Amino acid sequence: MKNETPLLSVTGAGHRYGDRFGCRDVSFDLWPGEVLAVVGESGSGKSTLLGMLSQRLTLDEGTIRYRTARLSDADLGGAGEDERMAEDLLDLSTLSEREVRRLWRTDWGFVHQNAADGLRMHVSAGGNVGEPLMANGWRHYGKIRAEAEEWLRRVEIPADRIDEAPATYSGGMRQRVQIARNLVFGPRLVFMDEPTSSLDVSVQARLLDLIRSLVAELGLAVVVVTHDLAVARLISHRTLVMKDGVVIESGLTDRVLDDPQAAYTQLLVSSILQG
Amino acid sequence: MSAPHIVYNEGYLDEQTKRVIRRALLKGVAIPGFQVPFASREVPMPRGWGTGGVQVTAAVIGASDTLKVIDQGADDTTNAVSIRAFFEKVAGARSTTRTDEATIIQTRHRIPETPLAEKQILVYQVPIPEPLRFLEPRETETRRLHALEEYGLMYVKLYEDIARYGHIAKTYDYPVLVNGRYVMAPSPIPSFDNPKMHQSPALQLFGAGREKRIYVIPPFTDVESLGFEDFPFEPQRFDQPCEICGSVGVYLDEVIIDDRGNAMFVCSDTDHCERTATASVRDETTEVSA
Amino acid sequence: MYVAVKGGEKAIANAHALLAKRGRGGADAPRIDYVQMRDQMGVLVARVMAEGSLYDPDLAAKALLQAQGDVLEAVTLLRSYRTTLPRFGVTIAVDTAGLPSERRVSATFKDIPGGQQLGATFDYTHRLLAEELETPEVPTPDAPEAEPMPRVTDLLGVDGLIERDRPAEGWTDPDPGDLTREPTVFPMSRAERLQALSRGDEGFLLSLGYSTQRGFGNTHPFVGEVRVGEVEVEFDAPEIGYAVPIGRIELTECQMVNQFVGSADQAPQFTRGYGLVFGRAERKAMSMSLVDRALRREEFDERAVSPAQDEEFVIAHSDNVQAAGFVEHLKLPHYVDFQAELGLIRKLRREFQERQAAAVPSPASSNDRDSSTGYSSNSNSNSNPIEEHV
Repeated sequence: MKNETPLLSVTGAGHRYGDRFGCRDVSFDLWPGEVLAVVGESGSGKSTLLGMLSQRLTLDEGTIRYRTARLSDADLGGAGEDERMAEDLLDLSTLSEREVRRLWRTDWGFVHQNAADGLRMHVSAGGNVGEPLMANGWRHYGKIRAEAEEWLRRVEIPADRIDEAPATYSGGMRQRVQIARNLVFGPRLVFMDEPTSSLDVSVQARLLDLIRSLVAELGLAVVVVTHDLAVARLISHRTLVMKDGVVIESGLTDRVLDDPQAAYTQLLVSSILQG
Repeated sequence: MSAPHIVYNEGYLDEQTKRVIRRALLKGVAIPGFQVPFASREVPMPRGWGTGGVQVTAAVIGASDTLKVIDQGADDTTNAVSIRAFFEKVAGARSTTRTDEATIIQTRHRIPETPLAEKQILVYQVPIPEPLRFLEPRETETRRLHALEEYGLMYVKLYEDIARYGHIAKTYDYPVLVNGRYVMAPSPIPSFDNPKMHQSPALQLFGAGREKRIYVIPPFTDVESLGFEDFPFEPQRFDQPCEICGSVGVYLDEVIIDDRGNAMFVCSDTDHCERTATASVRDETTEVSA
Repeated sequence: MYVAVKGGEKAIANAHALLAKRGRGGADAPRIDYVQMRDQMGVLVARVMAEGSLYDPDLAAKALLQAQGDVLEAVTLLRSYRTTLPRFGVTIAVDTAGLPSERRVSATFKDIPGGQQLGATFDYTHRLLAEELETPEVPTPDAPEAEPMPRVTDLLGVDGLIERDRPAEGWTDPDPGDLTREPTVFPMSRAERLQALSRGDEGFLLSLGYSTQRGFGNTHPFVGEVRVGEVEVEFDAPEIGYAVPIGRIELTECQMVNQFVGSADQAPQFTRGYGLVFGRAERKAMSMSLVDRALRREEFDERAVSPAQDEEFVIAHSDNVQAAGFVEHLKLPHYVDFQAELGLIRKLRREFQERQAAAVPSPASSNDRDSSTGYSSNSNSNSNPIEEHV
C-alpha cells in the first residue's frame, strides 16, 4: 500500500522573483529510493527548483506534498491535524516553521555545492557529523563519537583526523564530511546542489562513486541538481531537463540522454559529446 | 531663567517603571528560564555594574525587607558596598551581611554558602543573558533556537571541549536547562554553585540591564546543568579547607600572600567565613581580620 | 588580602573626596559657572544632550562640570536623571521645513529656493590655533528671511525622483514607540533604529558612516540638505483640546540623497538616509543619515556585506552608556570566575603533562594530509584524550 504512494509529489509548482518566475509549472513524483537528476544550463531554474522543494524558497504556485513517516501525531498537534493526516501525503505549505525544521533534522539532508555553506568550518569533523545527532536528542558522548567515527569511515576520512576542523581539509574531504553530516541521522530524502562541481575532475569521479554506493546501500531518494550530464548519467534513474524555468523533457535518464526528444536536449547532449 | 532644580523619586525608579519590571518578573515566573525583554532604564551606575540587578531589586524591595549585597561572595567589595549604600539612600532599606537574615540578596558571581530558605529572593546581576551568544551572536537567530527548542549547537560546544580536553571546559556561567525547557545562562557564578539552583526554595531573579532582559527560576524548579550521559556535569571541587575558618566543601579565593607567588585559600563567602570562624575558636578570629 | 577592592566604605568615600579635589583644580581660579559652560561650550553641551536624550542645556552643562569634562560620564548622568522623569505624552512631530534656518546648505543644487545659508560653521575657517579668541561684530541681515525654505528632498519629490517621506494615500503615521520605555527586540522598525542612532555615540556613527564611503556598504551619498535651526515644539494636551507650544529646541537635520533603486514595476528613484540630532551637530547628523541608509538594505534588497548594514551589530553597539559601562566593568573584581579558570587550567596542564610522560612516540601519519592547504593537525589530536574516558 505504502509503496504505491510517492515520497514527494510536486504539482504545478512555481517560484517568483518579483514579477518573473524563476521556475514554473513543475510537476513530478519522486519514489522512495529513486535518484532524480535536474539538469540544465546556468540560469535554467534548476537551483530555484531545489530551493523551492526544500522549503528554502517560497512556493508561489502549485503544491508540494511529502509522504511523512516520522511526523507523528504528537509532533503535529493542534487543529487541522486530522485533515492533514487523513491524506497519506502532507501538503508542505501547511507546515509550521517548527515542523519544517523537524523535517530537516529527521527526514531531509541538503548537500551544498560549497561545503562551507553546509559545515561549521571551525568545528571538528566529529562535531560536524555529531551535531545532527545531538540536535535529535543524543546525549551520550561515546555513542555520538562512535557514530561520527563510523560515518567518517564510510566517507573515507582517516580516523586520526576526526578532531580536525574542515577548514584544514582538502575540497574533496570537506565534501565527504558534508555528506556524512547529511546521512548520519538516517534521512529518507537528500537534496544535492552540484555536489561535485567545485572539485577537480579526478576527485569528482571518486566522490560520485561514493555517493552512488551510499545512495544504493541506504535506499535514499535523491534530487540532484547538476549542469553536468555525466553526473546525471552516473547516479540518477530519471532526469528532468530544464530551460528558462520550465521542464522541457523528462524520463528515464538513459532514455533522455541516449534518445533526447526535445531539440534543446539534443543540443545539450551533443554539445557535451563534442566538448 | 532660574537655575535647574533636580528632584529624584523615592526609591529612585518611578512607580510606573517598577510596575513594568514587576510585569516582566511575573512573566518570567510563568515561563521559567525564558528571557523576557524589558525596557531597561538607566540607573545611576554604569551599565555592566549591576544595573539589571539594581532595577529588579528596586522593583521588589519594600519597607519590611532586609537587603544583603555581595560581589564575588563578599559583602565588603567596593561594588557591593556601593549598591548597598544606594538602596540605603534611595529606599531607606535595612541592610545586613548575614545570609539568613536577608529577605533579598543581590549578588554578582556567587550563590551564598548558607542554604537559602523559602521567602528569600536572590537577585543575580547578569552581563550576558544569552547562553548561546558566543556560539551564535545574532539575537534574531538565538530567539528562534530557543523558541524551537533547538539546542544541538550548545551540545556541539560541549562535544568539542571533550574532544579537545577530555572533559567539559566551562567553569563559570555554566549553561543549565530550566524546568526541562529553556537553556539558561546562570550568570558568571562558578559551576561550583550550579547545584544550589536546583530545587531551591528561594525565588531566583535574573536582571540584565544593558541587554534589557529579565528571567526567573521560581522556587522548587528543576535546574539541570548540561552534560552528556557519559560525561555528566561536574562542579568544581576544592581539596583543601578554608585557611581562616576551616570550612570544607565551600568555594575558595586564592590569595597571593608574598612576592614568590605563595598563596592561601580562604572562603569567598565572607559572611559564612566570619560566622564559622566566630563559632569555632575565639582567639583565632581576633588575629585574622578579613 | 585584596585591599584595593575589599577596602569598603571608607576607601570609597576617600576616593570620591580625591575626585572632587582633582576636579576643582587650583583654588585661586574661579569655578566654571554652568551658564558659561552652556553658552561657550555649546557644541559639547549639544552632544551631551543628544546622547543623553534630554534637551536641557542647563542640566547638560551641569553634568559636564560634574563629570569634569568626561562626555560619556556626563551623558550617563543626564540619562540617569532623564529616566526618573514622568512622561506626560508625545509632542507633535516637529516641522523642520518651517524652521527659520540659521544654517542651510545643499550639495546637490547650486541654487535652491530660500538660498544657501552658511550660518555659524567651522567650515572654511583656517584651523590656526589662536592666542586669543576674538568676538567680531555680526552684521544684522538686510531683511528678515521671508522666503520659505522648502526641503530639497521635497523639491525632488515633486517629480517622484526621490522616494517619498511616506506612502501617498491612506497612510496614517504609526506610533513610533519609545526605545527608552518599551522593550525592543530585533529586527527593529526604522523609527526605533532612528531613535537609537540619534542617541548613539557620535564617534561610532562617524566611523561607520565613513566606512560606507570607503566601500564597506557603499550608498553613493549626496548631501541633499543639512539645516540647523530652532524649531517650535508643540504638545497636544488632551485636556485643552488643541496644541500648545511648550518651547523651542535647536536641531540639526540631514537629508542624504542616495543611490537610486528601481524595479520592473517601479521607476528608478533616489533613496534617502535621515539624520536628526539635538543642537549644532552636523557631523553626527550626517553620519546618522549615512548609517540609516545603509541599515535600510533589506527594504531595497541589497546584499549585506558590511558592518554598517548589520542592524544587530550597529544598534547593539551604538549606545555609549552601555558600551562604556561594560568595557569599564572589567575593572570590577572577577576573582571568582578567574579562580574557576585557574582550577581548570591547572588541571588541564597536569593532564597534559601526564599524557606527555605516558605517550609512546606516535608514527607520523600525515600521508593523507592535504598538502595544498599547508595545514598540519594540531598537537592535541595525536594524543587524543578521549580514549581514556570512553
